[in-house]
Amino acid sequence: MSVLVIAEHNNAQLNAATLNTLAAAKEFGSEIHVLVAGSGAADVAASAAEADGVAKVFHADSAVLEHQLAENVAPVVAAIATNYTHVLAPATTSGKNILPRVAAVLDVQQISDVIAVISADTFKRPIYAGNVIATVKSSDAVKVMTVRTTAYDPVSASGGSAEVVAIADVTDASLSSFVGEELAKSDRPELASASIVISGGRGMQNGDNFELLYKVADKLGAGVGASRAAVDAGFVPNDMQVGQTGKIVAPDLYIAVGISGAIQHLAGMKDSKVIVAINKDEDAPIFSVADYGLVADLFTAVPELDAAL
Amino acid sequence: MKVLVAVKRVVDYNVKVRPKADGSNVELANVKMSINPFCEIAVEEAVRLKEKGVATEIIAVSVGPKACQEQLRTALALGADRAIQVEVEGDVEPLAIAKLLNGIVSEEKPDLVVLGKQSIDGDNNQTGQMLAALAGMGQGTFASEVTVEDGTVAVTREIDGGLQTVKLQLPAVVTTDLRLNEPRYASLPNIMKAKRKPLEVKTPADYGVDTATRVTLVSVEPPAERKEGIKVADVAELVDKLKNEAKVI
Repeated sequence: MSVLVIAEHNNAQLNAATLNTLAAAKEFGSEIHVLVAGSGAADVAASAAEADGVAKVFHADSAVLEHQLAENVAPVVAAIATNYTHVLAPATTSGKNILPRVAAVLDVQQISDVIAVISADTFKRPIYAGNVIATVKSSDAVKVMTVRTTAYDPVSASGGSAEVVAIADVTDASLSSFVGEELAKSDRPELASASIVISGGRGMQNGDNFELLYKVADKLGAGVGASRAAVDAGFVPNDMQVGQTGKIVAPDLYIAVGISGAIQHLAGMKDSKVIVAINKDEDAPIFSVADYGLVADLFTAVPELDAAL
Repeated sequence: MKVLVAVKRVVDYNVKVRPKADGSNVELANVKMSINPFCEIAVEEAVRLKEKGVATEIIAVSVGPKACQEQLRTALALGADRAIQVEVEGDVEPLAIAKLLNGIVSEEKPDLVVLGKQSIDGDNNQTGQMLAALAGMGQGTFASEVTVEDGTVAVTREIDGGLQTVKLQLPAVVTTDLRLNEPRYASLPNIMKAKRKPLEVKTPADYGVDTATRVTLVSVEPPAERKEGIKVADVAELVDKLKNEAKVI
């Protein structure tokens, strides 16, 4: 029996989160297959076939799958899922949207946000905003799980030469349709895969002041994030939110600027390798997780940092 | 239009939960319990739909021990018309909750089901999607805007890259994200009135659902501690440490 990984992509490119998920799939020591469900996504299927450790790629290509609506993708996954011991997807908003729908169809209790594979049926996952790590054991025949991508280093994007097999059986569930999307356009690295992230909180005071962070980010090649407080206040859009319910990041360097450090924010960044906190309140909880803390007014410190780089 | 809204009793979001000394489970004795914040947003959205004249009746549902009636009363005080508690002791998994909610959906035939996208205890983010699958409905997850019109609901969703809008045929399932609305506080008169609103108690057997868990908790542990950091005096020292000690820039 083998393991199935659901590819994350935008019809043009394979998202790096898939490579992290493949690393988790490798832990089971069996053959790995990848499902690419999309429209005009032949390049994605080709990339998936080249990823290290992939033995076979199933490619479902249909206009019905263009926007990867859960109602239409889930039946495609469910139709082949019972051939596998494990079905994995990255714990991205897309994976979180689709996979529980698959699990329900299969009558399986999904395991969300796996951070470690202990054995074929036993896994570790964070609960309570990461304040507790639970070890859980599944008795379901097929283990359906999302993988926290920051817990795994990506497999190599090259080295594989899997065969690509077309899946033709795709139907429109006629329950939902795509209306539109507003995607953030940025030349900066994606938060989830950036090796350096600089984030701003309520202390930034307004959206214009994030310009200070963008300047530093561009010198460091960093992604820019924000706390929930900054997003709720309308300083920056939701896709920048780092935290329990936003994006989980674990870069080599995380710089928290004007962020007090609520447990919900810490849940999203405390696995970063090196954490820097800049805050004028020396009692801010963010300092409890910071390797290097600087008690200073960010409006003085950040321009200084910018000048020093 | 009838709206079903699910609420869950969870540890209050301000509580920092810790494992028990023996690692068997988390310590929940004498901990403050509240309505899950995302469920509160779900109730608020249902109430706003009623205030706009879109919804005519709001039914609040909770699956859990008798104590979760407290959270149902909160939902009633916020504006739900009646409540259903499915009484279950101990852990209930998202799949079982989705099956119970599906049983209620079959009986009540709501046009819209609104749930929180995740509960802040288990952090599973599954129940709404599972219910949608079981009930054969479309799903608008992680909603930041919900508009009901002409037998459909348009849902703007918070996704990794930004925002996506989908249109679903009713009946449909919506799960709430943080920016959907800002929940109101219940007024004292409404809290008093909520005590007299109907609250029906059911059991899983009423819906023919087996709530036995599929995933067992083996143990819990605290996350790895970070080693204690240092305070730097100024930006120059910070940059020096990052370059020469941590070697990350």
